[in-house]
Amino acid sequence: MSTASPAPNRREFLATSATALLATSAGAAAFNFTSSQTVAAAEASSIRSFTISFPQEEIDELRRRIAATRWPERELVSEGASRRTSATLAAGDTQGVQLATMQKLIQYWGTEYDWNKCEAHLKSLPHFITEIDGLDIHFIHVKSKHQGALPIIITHGWPGSVIELLKVIDPLTNPTAHDGTAADAFDVVIPSMPGYGFSAKPTQPGWDPIRIAKAWTVLMQRLGYDRFVAQGGDWGALITEQMALMAPPELIAIHTNMPATIPPEIVKALAAGSPPPADLGPDEKRAYEQVAFFYKFGLGYANEMALRPQTLYGLVDSPAGLASWILDHDADSYALIARSFDGEPEGLTRDDILDNITLYWLTNTAISSAQLYWEHRQTAKAGFFDAKGVTIPVGVSANPSEIYTAPKSWTERAFPKLLHYGRPPKGCHFAAWEQPKYFTDELRASFKTLQT
Amino acid sequence: MKLHTLAAALAFGFCVLSALSQANAAEDRSIRPFKAQVPQAALEDLRRRIAETRWPDRETVNDRSQGIQLSKIKPLVEYWGTGYDWRKAEAKLNALPQFMTTIDGVDIHFIHVRSRHPNAMPLIMTHGWPGSVFELLKTVGPLTDPTAHGGRAEDAFDLVLPSMPGYGFSGKPTETGWGPDRIAQTWAELMKRLGYTRYVAQGGDWGSPVSSAMARQAPAGLLGIHINLPAVVPPEIAAVLAVGGPAPTGLTDKERAAFDALSAAAKMGNRSYATMMGTRPQTIGYAINDSPTGLAAWMLGHPGFSRWTYDNSDPEKSPDEVLDDITQYWLSNSATSAGRLYWEYGGRSVVFAAVERTLEIALPVAITVFPEETYLAPETWARRAYPNLIYFHEVDKGGHFAAWEQPELFSAELRAAFRPLRQDF
Repeated sequence: MSTASPAPNRREFLATSATALLATSAGAAAFNFTSSQTVAAAEASSIRSFTISFPQEEIDELRRRIAATRWPERELVSEGASRRTSATLAAGDTQGVQLATMQKLIQYWGTEYDWNKCEAHLKSLPHFITEIDGLDIHFIHVKSKHQGALPIIITHGWPGSVIELLKVIDPLTNPTAHDGTAADAFDVVIPSMPGYGFSAKPTQPGWDPIRIAKAWTVLMQRLGYDRFVAQGGDWGALITEQMALMAPPELIAIHTNMPATIPPEIVKALAAGSPPPADLGPDEKRAYEQVAFFYKFGLGYANEMALRPQTLYGLVDSPAGLASWILDHDADSYALIARSFDGEPEGLTRDDILDNITLYWLTNTAISSAQLYWEHRQTAKAGFFDAKGVTIPVGVSANPSEIYTAPKSWTERAFPKLLHYGRPPKGCHFAAWEQPKYFTDELRASFKTLQT
Repeated sequence: MKLHTLAAALAFGFCVLSALSQANAAEDRSIRPFKAQVPQAALEDLRRRIAETRWPDRETVNDRSQGIQLSKIKPLVEYWGTGYDWRKAEAKLNALPQFMTTIDGVDIHFIHVRSRHPNAMPLIMTHGWPGSVFELLKTVGPLTDPTAHGGRAEDAFDLVLPSMPGYGFSGKPTETGWGPDRIAQTWAELMKRLGYTRYVAQGGDWGSPVSSAMARQAPAGLLGIHINLPAVVPPEIAAVLAVGGPAPTGLTDKERAAFDALSAAAKMGNRSYATMMGTRPQTIGYAINDSPTGLAAWMLGHPGFSRWTYDNSDPEKSPDEVLDDITQYWLSNSATSAGRLYWEYGGRSVVFAAVERTLEIALPVAITVFPEETYLAPETWARRAYPNLIYFHEVDKGGHFAAWEQPELFSAELRAAFRPLRQDF
């Protein structure tokens, strides 16, 4: 088996018979429905249980490609320059992911790393698929044993997946085992965004964050929740804020760990490339500088995906190419991940990183996931971090190593019904993944007044 | 693993000729003959990787707005892995005299064709990204042997076509600092080493800033330059483009058209590849160094290729033409090293007059505007940008890769542009 063809979309897939399934390509066989589930699927709005399974030859094929990696030569800048975080990064420091880091990653990925452990972890959770707005949406749904648990829908981002949220499932649903009380309990719903993970890949344009936000509301309604909260970081934050802007009656509050708080006059100053306005306080000035730098030197990957996602053929053909693309999200998370491959893990282990990358690889979603940037660009009316006028209650965590640490002053302006503003002592862009305990504490603190 | 070792061996094997001569090294100013000879194993490895291409799903739109369309690249890659023959490309190169010389610590590969006509004017021409010496090959005949191509003996050039550092068969810099200014100094040294005391320079794409830097540096012997991607955009226009503002009032029709083209290109994201390589060349490098299809798509994403169809409808833009170029990037493992030139420039645009410091150029400058270039430089702006503009001509055919697409017309332009500078010959 050398060439993996793209998986057919789920509609085509469901149209095939159970016997035919066995003969389809390895890519398609990643999705293992039983025949009874196929029958159940006839009704689009039904919720079907879903089992994850990738054939061994897919894993073998990945390992073979990893071993055959053809390397470029080393970057021309120092390790110190490559690892600088947003606090000290200057123009022209980094040339991107370091060769030494990539070689450690590839060495580990191709030999010791075991996807089966991740697959077993995923399989231990209840997975479902349901069709919303014409597209099959995958989600994990874990109900708390506690009465009156608050339903929450948590949305991952790019380059994340449901994998980045696995560590918070038990603390949120089973709080009494994690320093909490029964009153802290949540029912957790974790969907894969369209084009990501086990959700179907859109075949038509139009799946922008607004449409995803609508779909999430439908999903929660379909699950029977008439009172719920929503949470997200990265794209998850943007989608969660879109849900808040739509303000369906069932959505009582949101929490975001990448809040969009930048006030209009600051948006203008940033667009003009001005130096920080003189009247900013220390937190505001730092936030301004972080965002200005990120816009100028840190957005190359986002720009490429927003403008030419399809041109990135190399990401679906080269495991090393996919891994480096995923590692280079923001300076602080890259430095953290690179240290992990140096043997100094702090929050994100090598397995964490590779579980996520391997999921992108096996589902062949590097380009379908990138299309979200393109979709956003078609309809976005404001920048990612610009305050958008959310009026429902909001809890915010401003993590110290986030792309920018939202100042309290901007947060209070952006969210008039602020439930909570937290400054956890540690945490990068991938807060739930890296610091699940702080993340859980932040959610409990934000929503405690809403829990019944 | 077998493939792994093979890949490493190939990277070395390819540089055998230069490595041998590097041995006798320190201040080696010698000029060594060079032939392109890629090991068969490298070609087999490439074919195997092409055959094993793992494809994404089709784009969700019916146009190019999401990038290189699956249905466009698939047939090209299929031909690359089955019908295409790199040995023919190698033969094209090896039919010309090629050399290697070490300058400023980097091995520089160049083609050097002397005209049989006396008093031929020495000309150093610089390729761009994602180009290479291949984009210039079809001008060798017309420029060095004009009488066989509708020209006169007194139009003859001695031609020097170097591969930029990090590109093609040239060595890869192992330190930062190899931007257009340093390449320009290297070219001046190369021409000096070849014994040329009076010469001209030419370039499009990156060849333009390199040639302009030469003109700004004005090394002894350089008489003037011709460029086909001039940096004429005035500072006040550049400022508006930077923030995506509306067209200023008072522009002439041609200025307005140029503004609109640049503005639309920015809004359509035509420079996203440059932004990526300008900030993180290493990050994209892993994918395009490891995946032939990834490399081909990344290169074809350059807006200069937007009108190329990679079929046989135009012999100047045949599949073989683009694949010669792409294959050379692959075989020389230079996808990442080539991209670093954007990083050296901080991702800045090469068409802004202030970026290129054009007002500091006192030497004569000639410009040809090709109609399918990414923007059409207006003469008014060109006269403001280049104080000593000796030639400005708009032609009716050709695009960003002018020498590649219209070699005869391009050569005729160079003859006309440089004619006034021949008086000293």
